[in-house]
Amino acid sequence: MKFVVAVKQVPDTAEVRIDPERGTLIRDGVPSIMNPFDTYALEEAMKWRDELGGVVTVITMGPPQAESVLKEAISMGADDAILISDRAFAGADTWATSHTLAAAVAELGDVDAVFFGKQAIDGDTAQTGPSVAASLDWPQITFVGKVRELNKDSIIAERYVETGMQVVQTELPVVLTILKDANVPRVPSLRGKMKSRKVQIPVWKLSDLGLTEAETGLNGSPTKVVVTATPEARTGGQIHEGSTEELVSRLADLLLGEGGEA
Amino acid sequence: MNYMLNEDLQAIKEICIEIGEKHILPIRAELDEENKFPREIMNIMAQSDLFTIYIPEEYGGTGMGSMALAVATEELSRYCGGVAVSYAANALGAMPILLMGSEEQKKKYLPQLASGEKLCAFALTEPEAGSDAGGVKTRAIKDGDHYILNGTKQWITNGGEAQIYTVIALTDPERGARGASAFIVEEGTPGFNYGKKENKMGIRASATRELIFEDCRIPAENLISREGFGFMVAMKTLDNSRPGVAAQAVGIAQGALDEALKYSNERKQFGVKINSFQGLQFMLADMGTQIEAARALTYTAAGLIDSGAKNFNKVSAMAKVFASDVAMKVTTDAVQILGGYGYMKEYPVEKMMRDAKITQIYEGTNQIQRSVIAKAMIKEAHRK
Repeated sequence: MKFVVAVKQVPDTAEVRIDPERGTLIRDGVPSIMNPFDTYALEEAMKWRDELGGVVTVITMGPPQAESVLKEAISMGADDAILISDRAFAGADTWATSHTLAAAVAELGDVDAVFFGKQAIDGDTAQTGPSVAASLDWPQITFVGKVRELNKDSIIAERYVETGMQVVQTELPVVLTILKDANVPRVPSLRGKMKSRKVQIPVWKLSDLGLTEAETGLNGSPTKVVVTATPEARTGGQIHEGSTEELVSRLADLLLGEGGEA
Repeated sequence: MNYMLNEDLQAIKEICIEIGEKHILPIRAELDEENKFPREIMNIMAQSDLFTIYIPEEYGGTGMGSMALAVATEELSRYCGGVAVSYAANALGAMPILLMGSEEQKKKYLPQLASGEKLCAFALTEPEAGSDAGGVKTRAIKDGDHYILNGTKQWITNGGEAQIYTVIALTDPERGARGASAFIVEEGTPGFNYGKKENKMGIRASATRELIFEDCRIPAENLISREGFGFMVAMKTLDNSRPGVAAQAVGIAQGALDEALKYSNERKQFGVKINSFQGLQFMLADMGTQIEAARALTYTAAGLIDSGAKNFNKVSAMAKVFASDVAMKVTTDAVQILGGYGYMKEYPVEKMMRDAKITQIYEGTNQIQRSVIAKAMIKEAHRK
């Protein structure tokens, strides 16, 4: 089987802030990590590779330093990786990103399944996976909590959605987006870490994908971010102490005083 | 302190930290309370190649040696001394094969230990043979192309959990310790059963169990080295494994110091953090200093073994004695710093104090080790 896992390097959200002037993320000094949801996608692909045989290729589109998440994936057990990097790809929205990733999957050829995390923790759109499926004109199963069966022709997976669980069957090739319910990602192995130190990760550029500048990056992005803002920080509440009677009447006064009407 | 660990050692450390944070920390109290063997964690260690590090590459390992084993054991011990010894006891069990096994034995057993497919244990101690290893009573009688084993081994770490055991038994009782031989016994061999599972003070995640041999027939090719070499195999094994106990002690102590530093920065008395009191600062300073000294001695012993040195039993014993005494002292002080909370099971330091105690006792009590150190020193001084 030939599986592809698309991962994204994201800022560690525990550390991230937004520049209120420019409406963009302040990335300086913020450590970059593999998008946590992507680790479940990677584990799911490796789990099925271990069972069925084949290779797991990890891809990411990003600046040269995004290579580090690919090395991390290799240390966890991915077979190989490709960095999709070109100045022409900069500023891509989910449409242009999907178009570019789909071109890479097509270039790899004979891919049976592409695994995505359910969403990236920086943009939170959950659009890239489905949009790659659309670009490739492949079926997709999103929000997969469990892959029940997978063989060379078809897949049966459980989608965990707000209204409950759906069991979906489709033919391969397929695009999946994986939830964290699916598995427990493995710890990197020593041999994996040794391999990741030595591995030369190929870089695919615009010309390698047969795309034009008009289709990629900022030029190929119909979405424009008009404004990004941080909600005003909430002030702390008030704590009142006293007997129930006192508190009830004080609360009533406060509500009536502030709201005007009861 | 930066010990300039090379990239491989750094990688091992990172793997152990990830296993510790994600897989040991959340369940260590439960493993301790329920006396439960960490099977799942062993599987994760296997997948992460941790069992490969002390096994040469030609037998399916990564051949990184004693220093690597010390780094791994130390890091795992920061999270749980019981889980760490369950790991390190595999290296102890494999050591007789690594050091003295035949090519056939190495080819047969080491790859399945490196992959973690099978666990291993070393069986020397008996009810009447502790520090006096010469008191071994288990017999092995040659019968054609087999040996027949009879006897009971006691307090065997990984007993009942391992599939491969290296066992010391007497082939010639007349000759005492010089009549001992080492054997490989596989789980499931008829006549080999498990006895009592011990209920211990500390390292309760680890399995400690009796092994009972009743007319247990093993193939003669399972003899390690030659008849009569068993005591030497055992002593060499322990000389090689003692830096591992030292590393376990350093890790347990470091874990306790980390807790004491964290707590003393949060706990306030008299309106200030308790780490602002000089009396407590002096305790922290001594704990940190002793740990660094123990770590340096441990790495020195492990490094000496990796360098191919022949005589390392003195420094190996020194590392074990010093680090285990430090672990007992530091964990006791950590409980003191956490005060009443330190004595409660809601905080991890009381467990660390219980875990630390065994490092002064097993793989040669600290009293025996001091004898070893003194004898080696006296011998060195008078050799000239």
